[in-house]
Amino acid sequence: MNIFVFVKRVPDTESRIKINREKNIIDEPGLNFVISPNDEYAVEEALRIREAKTGQVTVMSVGGDESLVILRKCLAMGADEAVLVKDAAGETYDGLRTARIIAATLKSRYPRFDLLLFGKQSVGADNAQVPSMTAELLGLPQANVVTKLEIGTDKGTAVREVEGGEEKVAFSLPAVVSAQKGLNEPRYETLKGIMAAKKKEIPVVAVDSLGLKPGELEVGIEVTGLEMPPARKAGRILPGSPQEAAKELASLLRNEAKII
Amino acid sequence: MILVYIETRQGKIKKASLETLSEAKRRSAELATEVAAVLAGSGLEELGPDVSAYGAGRVYLVPNPALDSYSAEAHGRVLADLIAEVKPEAVFFSATARGKDLAPRLAARLGVSLASDVTHIAVRDKKLEFTRPIFAGKAFLLFTLKTTPQIATLRPNVFPLEQPGTAAGEVIKKDTVVDEAGIKGRVVELLAEKGGELDVTEAEVIVSGGRGIKAPENFELLKQLSAVIPRSTVGASRAAVDSGWIGHAHQVGQTGKTVSPNLYMAFGISGAIQHLAGMSSSKVIVAVNKDSEAPIFKVADYGIVGDLFEVIPALKDELKKLFE
Repeated sequence: MNIFVFVKRVPDTESRIKINREKNIIDEPGLNFVISPNDEYAVEEALRIREAKTGQVTVMSVGGDESLVILRKCLAMGADEAVLVKDAAGETYDGLRTARIIAATLKSRYPRFDLLLFGKQSVGADNAQVPSMTAELLGLPQANVVTKLEIGTDKGTAVREVEGGEEKVAFSLPAVVSAQKGLNEPRYETLKGIMAAKKKEIPVVAVDSLGLKPGELEVGIEVTGLEMPPARKAGRILPGSPQEAAKELASLLRNEAKII
Repeated sequence: MILVYIETRQGKIKKASLETLSEAKRRSAELATEVAAVLAGSGLEELGPDVSAYGAGRVYLVPNPALDSYSAEAHGRVLADLIAEVKPEAVFFSATARGKDLAPRLAARLGVSLASDVTHIAVRDKKLEFTRPIFAGKAFLLFTLKTTPQIATLRPNVFPLEQPGTAAGEVIKKDTVVDEAGIKGRVVELLAEKGGELDVTEAEVIVSGGRGIKAPENFELLKQLSAVIPRSTVGASRAAVDSGWIGHAHQVGQTGKTVSPNLYMAFGISGAIQHLAGMSSSKVIVAVNKDSEAPIFKVADYGIVGDLFEVIPALKDELKKLFE
């Protein structure tokens, strides 16, 4: 089983986001970057499938040299190989561009694979576009937001989260699957893994070597603004006993907020 | 034309689809264009008038049984063919599980970029300008799409519903051929349809529990509270989910779901920054916490400093009286 996992570097969830209004970008200094949490479930699932079936797990990231840190983390978790697809564009918020880069990298450099695993979305851009777009560009079936995955020799099934329930998707391999929390519990890196990952050579593929036409690398999104959410004011603390406060709350929700 | 993809559940149009139609109607007036809708699958004919009532002048009906059990590949191809024929300037989906799965597949097929999970749409120079939360709502990105059609998914529970009118639309039946052999993946079974339980992204009221709930069985209290409030559901913080007290589908926050209900009630949730990101666009926020210094009070419209195990049953009784 030849598995590729796609990971992205994002600010950790404790980060306070600051924006640069002139350039319409997120201010990066001071932020602590990590592997996107949803991607960790994808890496863990790949390792478990390899352990059950044998095969190889390759992790890939599209980005700058700073993404090498998260690739080494995946190697330390147990991935066999890592590849950096070097792209200087930074955050474009354009899933199609990223999917085109991934599809072109696979077609031109790594055409043999059985399973492509992603996190359901990056925790940051929150787009949830790249898995489905990559599937379409490569003509593969897809299962997104997956909490249970079974992979056979040439087909698989996945349980995916939908409103008010779950649905089971059956697909042939190769396929695209994106992971949701609940799929597994990601392992920690071992000390031995960390030491080995430090020495591992990570091949770098340049985006402009993939044979993409200039138009295909153009960003299809034009950012016109970046704003902070409207500030919320602290409201009122309702005094009295729990019963009195509850009564007052119910009355305020109906008569003042007119919400229920 | 703005083309809207309509979703159904158990033979009914999803509320999120009607919200999306309503927004398409509003924006179409500014663009001086019309609204059309597409119903994909068999047995949906009778929904045509309901769709028209929300402003779709034309309803494209694609009654192919090959579309009945959902496949992103099959639905994507049928939509791409329809779009090639009717050439809409924009295509709207709801940012539901289905919309988020299908819209990117279609966009890639058409070779266009996509606006995901948008919360506001404006018209500037005859183009749509979208606003969407990033970092689960810690910031908002405003942007336009350089490619046509402009495809977007609209977040449920954000765009107001229009009153249905009486206008009758034209229903246009489209016969399509779906090459079954070319479809490599599809939904084969619907699991655990939990007695109509609302998802946190759909509910109008969320009663949410955190570390202060203390034990899994205490989520029963929140379920009882939710039971007296129409269109409500139970949510949870990451702490409660990671402790195994409730399923991850209920998690609100940056690694869970971003929600914007009319009312969000946080019980025993301190208000970590990643949780606040996921719920601070709620219209009204209530916080109940023992710790008067908890950050959640900084965003709450109404707060009660006290023991949630006393407040919840009292609140349940008071709300029950109101709804009776």
